[in-house]
Amino acid sequence: MPHILVDQLQKTYRISERDPGVMGALRGLVSRRHRTVAALSGVSFSLERGELLGFIGPNGAGKSTTIKILAGILRPDGGRVEVDGRDPFAHRERHVARIGVVFGQRTQLWWDLPVGDGFDLLRDIYRVDAARYRRTRDELVALLHLERVLDQPVRQLSLGQRMRAEIAAALLHEPDILFLDEPTLGLDAPSKLAVRDFVRRANRERGTTVLLTTHDMHDIEALARRVIVIGHGRVLADSPVEALRAQVMAERRLVVDFAQDADLPAQVAGARVHSRDGQTLVLDFDPAVTTAPALIARIAAAHAVEDIRLEGLAIEAVIARFYAMHGAAEA
Amino acid sequence: MLRELARPYVAAFASRFLQMLQYRTAALAGFATQCWWGGIKVMVLAAFYGGASMAAAPMSLAQAVSYTWLAQGLLALLPWLGDPEVALAVRTGAVAYDRLRPVDAYALWFARSAGWIAARVLPRLALMAVFAAIALPLAGWSDWAWKPPASAAAAVAFLASAVLALLLSASMVMLLNIAAAAALDERGINALAAPVVIVFSGNLLPLVLLPDAWQTALLLQPLAGVVDIPARLYFGLMSGAQALVGLGLQCFWLVALVALGHQAMDRTMRKLEVQGG
Repeated sequence: MPHILVDQLQKTYRISERDPGVMGALRGLVSRRHRTVAALSGVSFSLERGELLGFIGPNGAGKSTTIKILAGILRPDGGRVEVDGRDPFAHRERHVARIGVVFGQRTQLWWDLPVGDGFDLLRDIYRVDAARYRRTRDELVALLHLERVLDQPVRQLSLGQRMRAEIAAALLHEPDILFLDEPTLGLDAPSKLAVRDFVRRANRERGTTVLLTTHDMHDIEALARRVIVIGHGRVLADSPVEALRAQVMAERRLVVDFAQDADLPAQVAGARVHSRDGQTLVLDFDPAVTTAPALIARIAAAHAVEDIRLEGLAIEAVIARFYAMHGAAEA
Repeated sequence: MLRELARPYVAAFASRFLQMLQYRTAALAGFATQCWWGGIKVMVLAAFYGGASMAAAPMSLAQAVSYTWLAQGLLALLPWLGDPEVALAVRTGAVAYDRLRPVDAYALWFARSAGWIAARVLPRLALMAVFAAIALPLAGWSDWAWKPPASAAAAVAFLASAVLALLLSASMVMLLNIAAAAALDERGINALAAPVVIVFSGNLLPLVLLPDAWQTALLLQPLAGVVDIPARLYFGLMSGAQALVGLGLQCFWLVALVALGHQAMDRTMRKLEVQGG
């Protein structure tokens, strides 16, 4: 039996809207207009115990909505959710006692309480045994480098410190399942690495099932073995990370500066012209089809070339292209 | 077993209580304001009692003066605003996390709100007692001082009633919290609550000094349990069977408002769509 089962999930939001400007505001006084937006239209997937799944997709794709439903704080309009054999809504208290959740954009710690006091309060809220709590907390504090912030009120923490504290807070009751909604959003490089390293260890060493949403492809590459791409409330791809990478990350870019008086070729066999600017030609190619040396040799043989640079395509650009390919970019 | 069951709520109360105790400047500033207003109210009462024929007054001037100091000391008990922590959680969306705790969300908020109220009341009440019950007589103004309770029995009844008043106030603050959560903003409901609470709790004037025809209704309405009933017990204006009626009224409203709040919160939380992100 899968640890998490999501079957044909549906969710629509009602959004109120009005025309801009004074007339729009006045009209809004008399009659309200609403538009329904489908956040999820039939999302299905399942996760085995101990799996680490990455969830990517543009803003508004339905990632957070899915997590909120799985956590039991948002009711779906249709479809079925089962987490560890439980319906999150029918057995809310038993359900939430076994999951940990981090929303990157919100804080679960008490703003004016020192971090350590917040942890103690969570211990009592989850009714964690005192000895067990001390062990878990000390381990989390060491792994997430929180020694120095335990005495500080949450409002005084930097974003990176706060996020590490949030993750510790979500794990004090040793949940079987961890939902992370954009946990690396806005973090600096060392904090990102610390968070990734920690999540990987929690998954590998404790066997915690992890579902993580992100916009950062490096998160996915560093952590997940399987990735789901979601767009317009539908699952666009559900594949191992390697397969996705092979599909969209293989592209390289070759930038060629031609000599002053040389003619630029209209086409280059084995490559796609991305753009041309003056004497500079930008080509994208798939190294599985044409190797870089072959392509360079072909161009250099036929044209006077001043300089050639080989670039890996920025991952963000690749993902943007992937979204566009599936018509998933935010409307 | 029971202790384990109550553990999250006791911890929530204690944590909020200890956190609020640290705001010393707020306590001192609040105390200074309450002394100032207390002084003005005492002067108004003196003029009022001096001008009219007060032979049949339901409360002597000395009692009315003591009442004023007591009511000023208990000012922070008035449920005229929602807990700002809840309001902040509602605005930032952190309220979503309350649905993620394996506890009764109403009881958790209730415990934190009660801790918030208790931590603001106790220091101010203690300061007020030092000022009005000790410093004023020492300065030779015994006529204008805060007098001790009518009897030992009155003192015990007052203490029980004060605890009930705290819980009753928390149940009303919870209604404000829930209204703030439903409206996603706390300002409207707070503005609405303040004037109603100040008059009907008996903070502005002892309710017995309001028109005779209103007396029954004034005593039966829930806000009387926050200041006026504890004060009547303090002065022995309610004693014996009447004292039990007073405490009973507080209990009745406490149960009724908790039931109402619990139901309203369930409904609100269900509807609350955690937006954005």
